[in-house]
Amino acid sequence: MTETPLLSVRDLKLVFDGRKGPLTALDGVSFDIRPGEILGVVGESGAGKSLTGTAVIGLVDPPGRIAGGSIHLAGQRIDNLPAEAMRALRGRRIGAIFQDPLTSLHPLLKVGDQIVETILTHLPVSRTEARARALDLLEQVGIPAASTRIDHYPHQFSGGMRQRVVIALALCAEPDLIIADEPTTALDVSIQAQITSLIKRLCREKGAATMLVTHDMGVIAETADRVAVMYAGRIAEIGPVAEVTRRPRHPYTAGLMASIPSVLRRNATLQQIDGAMPRLGAIPPGCSFNPRCARATELCRTLQPTLGLQAHEAACHHPLVEADHG
Amino acid sequence: MAEANPILIVENASCRFDVSGPWLQRIATGAPRRELKAVNQVSFSVPRGATFSIVGESGCGKTTLARMIVGLQPPTAGSVRFGEIRRADGTVGPPRVQMIFQDPYASLNPRWRVGDIVAEPIRELKLRATEAETAARVAELLVTVGLSAADADRYPHAFSGGQRQRISIARALATEADVLVCDEPTSALDVSVQAQILNLMVRLQKKLDLTYILISHNLSVVRHMSDQLAIMYLGRIVEIGDADTIFNGPLHPYTRLLLDTIPDVESPNRARAPLSGEVPSPINPPPGCAFHPRCPMAEAACSRTVPELMPRPRRSVACLVLENSEGAADAQISRSTPSA
Ligand SMILES: Nc1ncnc2c1ncn2[C@@H]1O[C@H](COP(=O)(O)OP(=O)(O)OP(=O)(O)O)[C@@H](O)[C@H]1O
Ligand SMILES: Nc1ncnc2c1ncn2[C@@H]1O[C@H](COP(=O)(O)OP(=O)(O)OP(=O)(O)O)[C@@H](O)[C@H]1O
Ligand SMILES: [Mg+2]
Ligand SMILES: [Mg+2]
Repeated sequence: MTETPLLSVRDLKLVFDGRKGPLTALDGVSFDIRPGEILGVVGESGAGKSLTGTAVIGLVDPPGRIAGGSIHLAGQRIDNLPAEAMRALRGRRIGAIFQDPLTSLHPLLKVGDQIVETILTHLPVSRTEARARALDLLEQVGIPAASTRIDHYPHQFSGGMRQRVVIALALCAEPDLIIADEPTTALDVSIQAQITSLIKRLCREKGAATMLVTHDMGVIAETADRVAVMYAGRIAEIGPVAEVTRRPRHPYTAGLMASIPSVLRRNATLQQIDGAMPRLGAIPPGCSFNPRCARATELCRTLQPTLGLQAHEAACHHPLVEADHG
Repeated sequence: MAEANPILIVENASCRFDVSGPWLQRIATGAPRRELKAVNQVSFSVPRGATFSIVGESGCGKTTLARMIVGLQPPTAGSVRFGEIRRADGTVGPPRVQMIFQDPYASLNPRWRVGDIVAEPIRELKLRATEAETAARVAELLVTVGLSAADADRYPHAFSGGQRQRISIARALATEADVLVCDEPTSALDVSVQAQILNLMVRLQKKLDLTYILISHNLSVVRHMSDQLAIMYLGRIVEIGDADTIFNGPLHPYTRLLLDTIPDVESPNRARAPLSGEVPSPINPPPGCAFHPRCPMAEAACSRTVPELMPRPRRSVACLVLENSEGAADAQISRSTPSA
């Protein structure tokens, strides 16, 4: 554990300046990712997963702004870099796969040309080499007939193929850090396996670190080394993937695991966590999950729980223990 | 599969796209015209009140088929028809059909407030008499999908991916359609919000006799929702029928491989290998059965003859090897169902 983390995020705070004052969207988010490691990030829709990724790659747009904390890449502080320096880091050292494939693809350019231009911007290779590399990557992400497809426009691809083009684009300059936001949501299980094994290979062989945001617990269980569970702008639980998925300590994590539909049987209704996550600006005092939590006490309504320093931690006053897992 | 009183009938529907280069370049280089068969002679029918799911590899033609059903993409051959239905208010007519799009980013107008996005179909179809009633309905819909009434004043960019997906669901529900074509409706949702949305869909279906056409890569969701299931491979249906029957004993070799590659939290397989063999291209599909180059059961005939869907109890399968082998039912691999 003494190895320097490739990515280190400390006490990250992100706010949106609104008419009624700042709304806090991320509140004290801290985590590390070591070289070669994959950190999975899961959590409620709107919890701040994408914003965390956006902050790391330095693309927070107004009215949003980083209001506190720090981000280090291989020991170098990057959250206060000038825009120009950050742009150089992005693409070369940080490869980002966005949740919205359209933000990364230009609709009027052939997909091959887009990848070739990105490679030429970041790597010292010739145009011919760049094109060969682009073709190779398209094949690696499972685009059939890649040599024909390389000259097609984005609208001629299916949803899942576009997503794979974006992945190829993010990986083409062999970045040290990969921020992958829902990279496999539009993909079938077989292509999904191909993409996750590609990312795993980059981590293992090139020592890249990956932050993998996904809703698919199956993908997390098979791909990630550790997992962070987010709720209302904070990390609710973090730890080794097998620990967190099999023996969740935070009641929110436990509820999340219980909501997964099973492929083996058909139930009348799925288990759900009743209620909705609080809106920004309406986050209750104490633990933000307390209004939906069966274990909540007066303590939970007043004092905000924090994360400790162990490998597996839950920000909860009344965590589930071994006996609760039966 | 003839249904007694189908609400949707798709007959031999095909869709081809011209993917040739620009004509000038074609003339200069002498390259031939290229055609991509996205959907190839697909037939099925769906009874009212049922959930019919379509699964298959990325690029196999699911979205194209969905677009043909809602009328956004005319079939290049064959037809898509609807039966007449009698609504609760006594009127008889063709069903109202609405689609929830795969990409929640592209389908929301960024310059409109969320309230107007959801209100548009209500105003357009005159589903509420006054603006006040429309606003109340919008607020109710936003709360139903787990957002809040105050969100009506914000613009789509201020929402996360899953929140935007819920806005498109709210808009689709606003149309009060009889048939909802849902293309990956919950792909951007975490499992707890997903459970809420799926439970909501099931409740509405029972109450209003809705028909769902569901497209999803998430086979657990498909298993949970479907009455009937079609498995597509490269534009064709290879297995179709009762969903439980297929999940409990997939027959087509592709269906079996598909059901075997599902990542599972309970028993993760960290060494999962993707389906081997080259993914075929719909521009240049393999001859015979399109799956034969990747099929562990393939025989010589499979590369020559295109298999037809052959009826079996509660389903149909298009596979020459199964057709030829006697007692194919014995070859069926039962998936065990552990008791809950
Ligand atoms: N421009 C903005 N103005 C105001 N609030 C915003 C803005 N952008 C995002 N938010 C809010 O910030 C919160 C976190 O958003 P984020 O996109 O990080 O969620 P997420 O965890 O990625 O969710 P999902 O799983 O649905 O993608 C959401 O509640 C969202 O409404
Ligand atoms: N407008 C178009 N022009 C040319 N080809 C197209 C067009 N739209 C779709 N295609 C092609 O048709 C095939 C089927 O696409 P479709 O979008 O139906 O796939 P899908 O099954 O929905 O895949 P996914 O799961 O990735 O969304 C793909 O090979 C795609 O490239
Ligand atoms: Mg997100
Ligand atoms: Mg699609």
